[in-house]
Amino acid sequence: MALTNTDFAIEVSALHKSFGKVHALRGVDFAVPRGSVLGMLGPNGAGKTTAVRVLTTLLRPDSGRVIVEGYDVVRDAAAVRRRIGLAGQATAIQLELTGRENLEIMGRLNHMPRSSVRGRAAELLERFEIADAADRPAKTYSGGMQRRLDLAASLIAEPSVLFLDEPTTGLDPYGRLGMWDIIRELVGRGTTLLLTTQYLEEADELANTIVVVDHGEVIASGTPDRLKDQVGGDLLEFTVPDRAQLDDAVRAVAGLSDSAPTVETDAKRIKVPVGSGGSTALVEAVRRLDAAGVVTEDLALHRPSLDDVFLAVTGHAAEAAPDGAAKGQKSPAAGVAS
Amino acid sequence: MTAIAEPLKSRARPSAAQMARWAISDSLVMTRRNLLVWLRVPAYIVFTVVQPVIFVLLFRYVFGGAIHAPGSGGYVSYLMPGIIGQTAAFATFATAIALAQEATKGVIDRFRAMPMARSAVLAGRLIADSIRMLIVILVIIGVGYAVGFRFQNGVAGAVGMVLLAEIFGITICSVSAFVGLAIKDEESVQAFGLIWIFPLTFVSSAFVPIATMPGWLQVFANNQPVTLVINAMRAMALGGPDFPLNPSLWESLLWLAGILIVFVPLAVWSYRRVG
Ligand SMILES: Nc1ncnc2c1ncn2[C@@H]1O[C@H](COP(=O)(O)OP(=O)(O)OP(=O)(O)O)[C@@H](O)[C@H]1O
Ligand SMILES: [Mg+2]
Repeated sequence: MALTNTDFAIEVSALHKSFGKVHALRGVDFAVPRGSVLGMLGPNGAGKTTAVRVLTTLLRPDSGRVIVEGYDVVRDAAAVRRRIGLAGQATAIQLELTGRENLEIMGRLNHMPRSSVRGRAAELLERFEIADAADRPAKTYSGGMQRRLDLAASLIAEPSVLFLDEPTTGLDPYGRLGMWDIIRELVGRGTTLLLTTQYLEEADELANTIVVVDHGEVIASGTPDRLKDQVGGDLLEFTVPDRAQLDDAVRAVAGLSDSAPTVETDAKRIKVPVGSGGSTALVEAVRRLDAAGVVTEDLALHRPSLDDVFLAVTGHAAEAAPDGAAKGQKSPAAGVAS
Repeated sequence: MTAIAEPLKSRARPSAAQMARWAISDSLVMTRRNLLVWLRVPAYIVFTVVQPVIFVLLFRYVFGGAIHAPGSGGYVSYLMPGIIGQTAAFATFATAIALAQEATKGVIDRFRAMPMARSAVLAGRLIADSIRMLIVILVIIGVGYAVGFRFQNGVAGAVGMVLLAEIFGITICSVSAFVGLAIKDEESVQAFGLIWIFPLTFVSSAFVPIATMPGWLQVFANNQPVTLVINAMRAMALGGPDFPLNPSLWESLLWLAGILIVFVPLAVWSYRRVG
């Protein structure tokens, strides 16, 4: 069984894990090429943390195979632990200790020599902008600083594979951007990264590949762009304030693409999936609506976010129009598809 | 096995000697970490040092007059071994709470995902807690001396008493470690600790002669391990015909060994399945 491929830092196949009656993971497969970023996207309870805990040797899988850097996480857990870094969903720093003490202790526990621990801790404190607060107890840090310290602690021994479980949860937008920069820089240095997130734009922003997980299963995977294509590309949206003009408006934009427009009659809103030709379609729509004498409001081009991808693949799509035109709708209750 | 994984595997295994060195150094790093945390949190120090000192003063001056104690040293001498034993037992609250916090906050998860020795979290906790206990015991003995307590059985007796108190504390620590890791919720751990540590220490010979208790309670008090340990500690500290060393000493050592044999594996087991 020559499953092991040196090009992959992480290989997961047919991974199952249950807690009693809860099937947290039911047959998960994916592989992460060395040096790339995998974004694992899923709602609360999808099984993201469970997957991370199996991959980082904290939980034994019920069945399936997980190889990290060539080592089996069950049989060679110790070897895996020497190569990985983990920052969990909650920060695991000791709040009573200073930032520097936290890092130095983690370095020592990773069996780094005392002399190199000191320098490495100082370097990380500097790089993560905690140097000024390095000798204050971590409980005086802001949430963002605690997160950065936690991440720094997971990097102390320069792991080649890093697992970050919801690294930006609880951060303000500024803190999130800062964390993104740090993560990008890490990846630039060749670290393989698996990151879980509920923030769709985060996976879009950082990941080379995304796996969408729901109820313990991978329900979609691919590059962010490919996933967006699955949803049907760009979506043109506008409102027609005068209800009497709704039909005229639909006729005017009907020929814009192969997909039929959807109409939310109550909201007087029209949506037209226009594939990847968003900008031209926008100009064309304005021209046609104008020619038809339809007055519109809020005319906008909506590029699908991973939100739309997620909703499209988690089951909501099944309730939408058979042609798939309404896949991007936020709520199955929102209006009647044409 | 795959052709690629095999050589990696053989290259990766550290020697047994190396593993042993890591186990020791990791435990010491954890010990230092735990002691640092203790020193940084005033509430821990108050709970572990100030509270027993208050007990000494309270029992010595408030209840002491009403209690007639056997032996020649008066109530304060009778009291001190009891307070020290109780302090060792109470100190283990902190063990349970700290481990429960670390389990719920994901700290133990973090440690378990690192190459550190598996034993180091528990070992570091027990070592740090016994050092902390020793410091507290020495402080209390100092306070005891200030209010009239004297060792009456020589240096060997005094050292023996402190040693037995330590062994007793470590034993209760192993119970607390299991409780903390098994229950994990900090407040439940605290409440549960009160339920078993309070009766065990108060319904014992720690503060009053058991003969003053009602008969049905004497049956329990006379036969429970805290009484045996404290009787043995008292015998070592004070000596004399009023406080015979045996059978308390060997009975208490048997009890402690039995508790350790049961609870150390339980603590290790609950550590492994945290999360
Ligand atoms: N130790 C456990 N015991 C019992 N059930 C568990 C345990 N850990 C996770 N579960 C269950 O497994 C499922 C997946 O949980 P998991 O924590 O992996 O989800 P998640 O995707 O990380 O969610 P979140 O975004 O909320 O962190 C949930 O139904 C959860 O209740
Ligand atoms: Mg989670």
